[in-house]
Amino acid sequence: MILPAHCLLVEDEDLRPYECDGLTAYRAMPLAVCLPESEGQVIDVLRTCHQLGVPVVARGAGTGLSGGAMPHAEGVVLSLARFNKILRVDRDSRTAAVQPGVRNLAVSEAAAPYGLYYAPDPSSQIACTIGGNVAENSGGVHCLKYGLTVHNVLRLRVVSIEGEIFEIGGGAPDAPGYDLLALLIGSEGLLGVVTEVTVKLVPKPELAQVVMASFHDVARAGDAVAAIIAAGIIPAGLEMMDKAAAAAVEPFVKAGYDLDAAAILLCESDGTPEEVAEEISRVMAVLTASGAHDLRVSQSEAERLRFWAGRKAAFPAVGRITPDYYCMDGTIPRKRLAEMLAAIAAMEQKYGLRCANVFHAGDGNLHPLIMYDASLPGEWERAEAFGADILELSVALGGSITGEHGVGIEKINQMCVQYATPELEAFHRVKAAFDEKRLLNPEKAVPSLHRCAEYGRMRVHRGELKFPELERF
Amino acid sequence: MTLDDIVAAVRTAHDTRTSLRLRGHGSKDFYGGLLSGEVLDLAGHRGIVAYEPTELYLTARCGTSLAEIEAELAANGQMLAFEPPRFSGATLGGCLAAGLSGPRRMQAGAVRDFVLGVKLVDGSGQVLNFGGQVMKNVAGYDVSRLIAGSLGTLGVIAEATLKVLPQPVAETTLEFACDEAEAIRRLNTWGGQPLPVSASFWHEQRLWLRLSGAAAAVDAACRRLGGNVAVDAGKWWVSVREQSHPAYAGQSLWRLALPSTAAPLAVPGLRASEWGGALRWYGSEVEPAVMRAAAAAAGGHAVLYRAPESLRCLEGAFAPLPPPLLALHRRLKKAFDPQGILNPGRLYAEF
Repeated sequence: MILPAHCLLVEDEDLRPYECDGLTAYRAMPLAVCLPESEGQVIDVLRTCHQLGVPVVARGAGTGLSGGAMPHAEGVVLSLARFNKILRVDRDSRTAAVQPGVRNLAVSEAAAPYGLYYAPDPSSQIACTIGGNVAENSGGVHCLKYGLTVHNVLRLRVVSIEGEIFEIGGGAPDAPGYDLLALLIGSEGLLGVVTEVTVKLVPKPELAQVVMASFHDVARAGDAVAAIIAAGIIPAGLEMMDKAAAAAVEPFVKAGYDLDAAAILLCESDGTPEEVAEEISRVMAVLTASGAHDLRVSQSEAERLRFWAGRKAAFPAVGRITPDYYCMDGTIPRKRLAEMLAAIAAMEQKYGLRCANVFHAGDGNLHPLIMYDASLPGEWERAEAFGADILELSVALGGSITGEHGVGIEKINQMCVQYATPELEAFHRVKAAFDEKRLLNPEKAVPSLHRCAEYGRMRVHRGELKFPELERF
Repeated sequence: MTLDDIVAAVRTAHDTRTSLRLRGHGSKDFYGGLLSGEVLDLAGHRGIVAYEPTELYLTARCGTSLAEIEAELAANGQMLAFEPPRFSGATLGGCLAAGLSGPRRMQAGAVRDFVLGVKLVDGSGQVLNFGGQVMKNVAGYDVSRLIAGSLGTLGVIAEATLKVLPQPVAETTLEFACDEAEAIRRLNTWGGQPLPVSASFWHEQRLWLRLSGAAAAVDAACRRLGGNVAVDAGKWWVSVREQSHPAYAGQSLWRLALPSTAAPLAVPGLRASEWGGALRWYGSEVEPAVMRAAAAAAGGHAVLYRAPESLRCLEGAFAPLPPPLLALHRRLKKAFDPQGILNPGRLYAEF
């Protein structure tokens, strides 16, 4: 017996909650769900699956948006939900050691008494787990200044598919050998199963203030973002919402957004009170010069949170005005923002679907929310094609198909657009170095060459080579 | 020298199973394992390919000197925030391959934290493009960052894109008199507070602390921390970054990376410490095994940074890897360099 009965689910009704993650459009029922309580049990599960050739899909809170935790129909789900202990918070070294099932926000809460916090803050931070964050290299609204998960994790304890433990990184900087932390973080559960994570904690800034700017014109808002960076300012957060997004969230959060604006920019400054005052005045000058027609600065912490509330609640707010929505995650060079928005507007016409746009504007990461109704025949297919167009345009504009949500199952075809055969082959060789039998989260994140050939044929067959005017790389 | 030239050279070496020793300017020939193989001189593959200040990235070919890159950045008020040593003529390729970061490491991040993309020629002569020029990109494994610090063992870094940052508006250095233990205590206390610390250096009972950022923040921190304002600190930090400061002199030098809170080690020969206590430099007063054990016991690792060839023959530069990790390293090496022709032994003697 590898697992006691209370750690194993096999009945359909128990498996059902695991059939998808945050990307509900893709579902599969696993053979079983394992809920180990000790590292020894994780090792036993992996070793057994390795021997039997059974696929394993590791899972945290299941909040991911790319289907990375969607089960394999012939495999088991390895839930790390019971690995939910904060093992250590060390004030002096500003680090915390946690199990992978600990929620992102819980780390910051545990560090708060020491004036410290964990910087990456994906919008799902009240629910998503650190293990999932590691798998996806999650970002958040503050990563322009504070970095992604890869910049904030110091050490991982990992179990290989063969059931062997290895530790990478450490409490000291620049661990010897290859930077396996960089490789494992963002590897979407394809290389190993993490059982312990040590993260860096940073001092909580004394003050944060946010400037809210309205623009009549989206292109000007995009230029304003570049102008802030050009002025030598790296704000703590720099976010944009378009008119559709503002309209969706305002009734929900009552933040006082300017509903006539074509775009709203939120620019946060944090640090000492002196530092914030200096930066805010510089930001205001740049925004005014960039053509903002209305500027407001949060005058209290409550007001700052209210300004942010709409941005943070954008997904659920859009969820209130449409039966279903499909969230995209492309990144583009900031300067192409206006171009991308114009193209999305044209795609709304083409597919007959509406789209609200929220962006991590500072780092060029777009989250278009395509609205559709899954109960209407053909709508999901149209939404999916709309999304694929956005992702492929992101690549064509010099960006990437995913900034922080991962490839998962969702963007597997677009990987064929972003990467050529030699890189995909290299990815497969990396995978084989860790998992020769390809049992960890198979058929996700990196497409087989066969799949790419099929996708390419399919696209040419439809006679719609997308964006033929643009150079490919 | 073109990319095609590099590809041709690597293909020939691959086909004839000839080991290659990748070389930019050779400013870090002293670092890592002993050099072996036929020199592939990459200094001629040079030039800045793209630089967009408002997009915060710069792309350059491997042979481009850091001096050229930094001059271009400085003209736009920007910098390489990880402050790599430039020694004399160091190139971008060598900087990435060695993965050595400078004084700002603990606050800004390491070399790998600023790598956005690489164009790599792998050990079979294939050109591979990983990452790109955008800040966020999680499509595929992050091979670009893996390359940083791999000492040329996974591929020729033909071209790379780095994230760049604005230079701080204001900078002041404070000087304090204190012993090692007190320096460690103070640095870790300050590290837990929202202070604009951007570097530290302790040497011979004196601690220097650099503050960088908005003028108001630097002024406020100076008032709060006390100490004496150091004069001509800019030049002085350059001597730390370039290791021309007397603390780094001598034939042999150990570089110990430790948790910043590690108590003073019970081994003689401490020359200096940096990075808020996380990087400590020692002379060669004790046997390598003693030095490695002391670092490991404190939760860190020791690098034989510089040593005469007689010692480098006997002692690898880097702390030995535990067996499961060594096995992984070998498999990864094989994934990128199946014949093992690129800089063999430069990272570990085993591959």
